[in-house]
Amino acid sequence: MIFDLRTRLGRGSVRRVELARRPRAGGLRRASWLLVVPAAFFLLTLHFIPIVAGGYVAFTDWNGLSTFHWIGLENFRTLIHDPVTRGALVHSVELAGAFFVIVNVLGLALALGLNRTLKTRNVIRSLLFAPAVMSSLSVAFIWQYVFDQSGALNKFLGAVGLQSFQHAWLGDPHWALWTILAVLVWQYTGLVMIIYLAGLQGIPEELIEASAVDGAGMWMRFRRVTFPLLAPAFTISATLTMIFGLRAFEQVLALTGGGPVNASETMATQVWRQAFTFGRFGYGAAIALILTLLMAGVTLTQLVILRGRETQL
Amino acid sequence: MGVFRYTRQSFVREVLFIAIALAFCVPWYILLTLSLKTNTQVYFSPLSLPTKGYFRNYSIAWNQSGLGGSMLNSFIITVASVAGLIVVGSLGGYAIARRESKLASGLYFLFVLGIILPFQLAILPTFFIFRHLHLTGGLLGMILLHIGLTTPLSVFLYTGFVRALPREYEEAAQVDGAGFLRTYLRVVFPLLSPVTGTVAVLSSVVIWNDFFVSLIFLFGSTTQTLPLALYSFVSEDVSQYNLIMAAVAITIVPILAFYIFAQRQLIRGFAGGIRG
Repeated sequence: MIFDLRTRLGRGSVRRVELARRPRAGGLRRASWLLVVPAAFFLLTLHFIPIVAGGYVAFTDWNGLSTFHWIGLENFRTLIHDPVTRGALVHSVELAGAFFVIVNVLGLALALGLNRTLKTRNVIRSLLFAPAVMSSLSVAFIWQYVFDQSGALNKFLGAVGLQSFQHAWLGDPHWALWTILAVLVWQYTGLVMIIYLAGLQGIPEELIEASAVDGAGMWMRFRRVTFPLLAPAFTISATLTMIFGLRAFEQVLALTGGGPVNASETMATQVWRQAFTFGRFGYGAAIALILTLLMAGVTLTQLVILRGRETQL
Repeated sequence: MGVFRYTRQSFVREVLFIAIALAFCVPWYILLTLSLKTNTQVYFSPLSLPTKGYFRNYSIAWNQSGLGGSMLNSFIITVASVAGLIVVGSLGGYAIARRESKLASGLYFLFVLGIILPFQLAILPTFFIFRHLHLTGGLLGMILLHIGLTTPLSVFLYTGFVRALPREYEEAAQVDGAGFLRTYLRVVFPLLSPVTGTVAVLSSVVIWNDFFVSLIFLFGSTTQTLPLALYSFVSEDVSQYNLIMAAVAITIVPILAFYIFAQRQLIRGFAGGIRG
């Protein structure tokens, strides 16, 4: 349109046309709120409203069918006294804590070792990261064979003469939860590694070289230069691994089904089992509420602390 | 003494890393070899290479598991959801990024909170509402769910990107008399293509791999997604690991192809994209 005007009226009049056509800033801004409506609709209807509704259900005895009654803190009292749900809570915290530490240490170590100089680094990076994009369920089924009583790990131990280390990994209450940890670590070490690698790429080489020239040893360089500069990467990795650890579900279902004798039940499997298998929706909601508060509490605290650390730099 | 030069020490490190990578790939070796073995070979020589590829496992797994139909379902759900997410997320993120009011930053925080909060609590009421609306057991319900669940991440990524984008282009287009929709489609949306790529690959992986949502909303119906079909197949036939591995391998092929095809974008997206 403006091009037509320009040819017809000549160059001098363009400015006047522009001024006339420039939309008032206020008008544009008011219209643009409409664009948020679809996103806000989904945020409300699938996140906040059902979370509030679910939070209410946690204080009722709803079984999914009939009417329900407000029973106050009864569900939470049961939850604490029932060894199965209390166990699931403990397992989730243990699992998430161990996963958080191990996967961050391994991922950071691999990222530091793989940074820059290696010739094969791209291939190795691709291989280590691959499990993170695969379905957790598919991955866990491979590991089910690894840990099976007559599976790969026991065959291997037998073949190298370590029969005494053979276990019924999935069937032993002391080991079942840690097989799930092993799968989680294998699946997500590569993800944590690429997050740290991206962080390392943002650190100027000169900075590390300079501190080396100044006589800082390897540990000192890491402690004083590299690690503080990795703060943003650590924030992402910490948040993500905490969430993944606390909501572990597929791995449990595929490997142990929560057994033996509930030794590897997690909060996520308990929510599903109590609500959708046993029809105890009020009780399931109470477990889910605890999981939600735990996850929001831990990740938001982490974010505040870690972001604070980032800005101090 | 450059810290980043390739020295003999780097060579040692290289060898060490190749060894680590090989050890890391043992589960893939197990998957591939076991899926090509007969029952007897699985029992007597599970760790060796298969003497002769026993491809019948794949045809049996394929025919008995319904993986084909469920793969199509997963594909439809993923493509439709990602398309929806790009529309919803780009519009929402654009609007939030271009307004500098308290309301905009408050809304932004709510979307971030939406990423962090788990679905376990919200899924209970949602399930009953969806059942009431006859949206369980079908593709449409799954598509709506996945658009809704991944909207916060999508808005978050788009907002971060648009904030760093200069306003000159949009303003120039509007000065030229283009209406809002035209400006958006012809000028803004093409400028967003890097983050659109990130949103597309990240949400594709998340939605394609989803098991929890389909377990709740599709269980017991004839509509299955790929992970759900694998789960039903394995829980019915646990004893034969060669068949299980063949089925697992079939479920891995599409995502592996996607990984090889979009690897650079996936790695960049997962490494930094989550931050925006």
